[in-house]
Amino acid sequence: MTADQPAPAAPTSIPELLARNARAFARRTAYREKEYGIWQSWTWADTAAEVEALALGLLSLGLAPGDHVAIIGRNRPALYWAMVAAQRCGAVPVPLYQDAVGDEVAYVLEHCAARFIVAGDQEQVDKVLEVQEGLHTLEHIVYLDPRGLRKYDHSRMSSYADVQARGREAQGALLPELRARTNALGYDDTCVMLYTSGTTGRPKGVVLSNRNIIETSRNSAEFDRLTEREEILAYLPMAWVGDFIFSVGQAYWCGFCVNCPESADTMMTDLREIGPTYYFAPPRVFETQLTNVMIRMEDAGRLKRWLFHRFMAVARRAGPALLDRRPVPARDRLLYRLGEALVYGPLKNTLGFSRVRVGYTAGEAIGPEIFDFYRGLGINLKQLYGQTEASVFITQQPDDEVRSDTVGVPSPGVEIRIADSGEVFYRSPGTFVEYYKNAESTASTKDPEGWVATGDAGFFDEETGQLRIIDRAKDVGKLASGALFAPKYVENKLKFYPNILEAVVIGAGRTHCIAMLNIDLTAVGNWAERNNIAYGSYQELSQHPQVLAMMRDHVGEVNASLAHDPMLSACQVHRFLVLHKELDADDGELTRTRKVRRNIIAEKYADLIDALYSGKSEIYTETEVTYEDGRKGRIRATLKIQDAEVVGSAERMAAE
Amino acid sequence: MSVAEATEPVSTADGRQIGGVLMDMRHITLRFGGVEAIKDISFDIREGEIRAIIGPNGAGKSSMLNVISGFYNPQEGEVWFRGERRPPMKPYQVARQGIARTFQNIALFDGMSVLDNIMTGRLTHMRTGLFRQAVWRGGAQREEMANREVVEKIIDFLEIQRIRKTPVGRLPYGLKKRVELARALAAEPNLLLLDEPMAGMNVEEKEDMSRFILDVNDEFGTTIALIEHDMGVVMDLSDRVVVMDYGRKIGDGTPDEVRANPEVIDAYLGVAHD
Repeated sequence: MTADQPAPAAPTSIPELLARNARAFARRTAYREKEYGIWQSWTWADTAAEVEALALGLLSLGLAPGDHVAIIGRNRPALYWAMVAAQRCGAVPVPLYQDAVGDEVAYVLEHCAARFIVAGDQEQVDKVLEVQEGLHTLEHIVYLDPRGLRKYDHSRMSSYADVQARGREAQGALLPELRARTNALGYDDTCVMLYTSGTTGRPKGVVLSNRNIIETSRNSAEFDRLTEREEILAYLPMAWVGDFIFSVGQAYWCGFCVNCPESADTMMTDLREIGPTYYFAPPRVFETQLTNVMIRMEDAGRLKRWLFHRFMAVARRAGPALLDRRPVPARDRLLYRLGEALVYGPLKNTLGFSRVRVGYTAGEAIGPEIFDFYRGLGINLKQLYGQTEASVFITQQPDDEVRSDTVGVPSPGVEIRIADSGEVFYRSPGTFVEYYKNAESTASTKDPEGWVATGDAGFFDEETGQLRIIDRAKDVGKLASGALFAPKYVENKLKFYPNILEAVVIGAGRTHCIAMLNIDLTAVGNWAERNNIAYGSYQELSQHPQVLAMMRDHVGEVNASLAHDPMLSACQVHRFLVLHKELDADDGELTRTRKVRRNIIAEKYADLIDALYSGKSEIYTETEVTYEDGRKGRIRATLKIQDAEVVGSAERMAAE
Repeated sequence: MSVAEATEPVSTADGRQIGGVLMDMRHITLRFGGVEAIKDISFDIREGEIRAIIGPNGAGKSSMLNVISGFYNPQEGEVWFRGERRPPMKPYQVARQGIARTFQNIALFDGMSVLDNIMTGRLTHMRTGLFRQAVWRGGAQREEMANREVVEKIIDFLEIQRIRKTPVGRLPYGLKKRVELARALAAEPNLLLLDEPMAGMNVEEKEDMSRFILDVNDEFGTTIALIEHDMGVVMDLSDRVVVMDYGRKIGDGTPDEVRANPEVIDAYLGVAHD
């Protein structure tokens, strides 16, 4: 669709979609939230009323068109309403990561010159108050959960309920103004501004227009035939573009119901109670769930264990093929049906996936075993590839054409071009308007014709015609010998082992590759328990000789599989160590979306890397850590360095 | 103590209003056979304050708490509650008066869920009899719904939603302590007695518990009397502290006053080193 032919009377903003839903789906449930142990629900008509009351309240507090309204807190209906209320006033919502530390919050509030912030609870309010000194623009804090805030100075702070009450009182005086502002919203006005977590440098504010959000939502909803009957669970950070598209864009376009969990800890129980039909989770969540299932099966009785393994073998063989509607032998078909009754059905129910019609994963590569496990159970899990700048969707996998190593075909309306360097470029209706107050970065990312550089290297798979992503374009490098070095590819292979939580491979410009690993405490801890291995701390477990031996086996197996690929056989890991602490976003080692920050790690652990490249067999190190409350401490450890089994080129020749 | 003094509100350092005297212990003496556990002790607890009782092992702290909760009846002395002299009572009668407690050694029902355990704390608020409970529909159902709402608010307050349906026996120690606090709170007490709420906890659990105690006091205005070994915790939490040693009271006042009291330093904190 082009700018000069807008569909007549089609809604051109989120508030317009809300008004449409309040008419068309007035009595359908729009939001659910578990509170006090019970699912509370709001219809679309209720939602429209709640949003209007808050918008009037914000108006009476002096919210001006074009203002930025920051929103910080866990996923709650009221915070989603705050975004739409801001839009109704002609302002731009800016959701922030709820676990962002004070500095990060201060940077964003300063950068977008927010005058208002809607905060979820005392924790978030405290964070804002802490940095408020240096912020010249911030005028008022609206908080949702009043607990613990009663005695705070209320001269620049109000509760959400009070703002709404104020709005209802001022309805007569302010409603015409509010209507005028809502009606003035155009298709190319800003819908939302999202700050990218940024693997390098300061976060950038990605400006997305109503056109970006609405067209992307429409296209992607049609692609998967989403209707107003879907149920989703909103549990991923509100500041992340995916949540905005799923829980706001698509939800308002289709009119489906957004369910908010009671708390982060109860997510799994809530998932099971809701039984979403449309579900998104990063690979990490699927991995954790699978690990938990496996651990619990190890503890189960013999008969159950036998049944589980027997039928999971059938599922692996026949499940994905059945989902893709490929031919399956009659015997397997029958066994699969039996398995559905005995194993898959109950398991899906326990996991909360009984009703999932469309499931997506993205953000990282997912291990083929994990992917096939869920597909085998009959869950239509697919992959997509996207980024904030594209309003999520660049490519996605159609039903029946799902592979674990590709990310799908271009989404409707998206054009893709692969540059000579291997970098993937795209152009789409969802392509962002600009980086806020950063023309330089905008120009270097988006060319005048609208092509955007993804920063990822990839190619189209000849067999399937789907896109395959190898690594970040800037991370793909060369070893000293000139051989290709793709660290992420190797790290992903390592991370496919349930015992390995995180891996960092280093080797650019060096003679060979080395790796630093994090053990997965859940998996390894359980293994230790079953094998009567005593340990006092994470650190002690990570350096246990048997754990190190296990890691050496894993690395050896990865090396063996890399050796099969002539392009990447030079990326084999020669030496490695197991880190004494988990890589953590609070220490700056990961982004908030848990991607490895390579440069920071290389700098911080320079001593370990030196030791890995020298012949040392162990190294003493001290590391500074940041606790959740912002305090800092130091941990000390002596790490053992391991040599991994490398499959030499001579050996490979002989094998061939 | 004169009546005028007793009703005069006091303001604390952080601006909270401490009301008049809620409970007044006058010349309490408690003996077990020939052993005098408590010797002629007098002190008061004012409305809205956090009052700590500290002292070395065997000082008589728990006995004191048991006198307040009605478990022991002192041989001498008077207990005044809300301006009236309290006759000797059974613990359940004391509970009906709005006094709830937690125990040093956790006393929960291990086989029951967290939710059910907390619901037992509502017992003093239940009015329907056995027959109507059995019929269930109508009054009993309404009553249970109202009680469940109170309990759910406490679950939310203490952030234990995720273990709502978990049997208590499967919980770690720190969480059990929190469930016990929840059960005591479910009684919506005027006076909450905590017997070593931090015993056996690690630093993080202590911090959590301290925050909850302060929040309970702040949010519900509940008067709290607590016994605690951890001096740091006591000094940070309490408005006023009673110090006991061998059944005698050797100090009474704000944490700063108590800390400066030479007798207290000798008996409990140890002799100060220069």
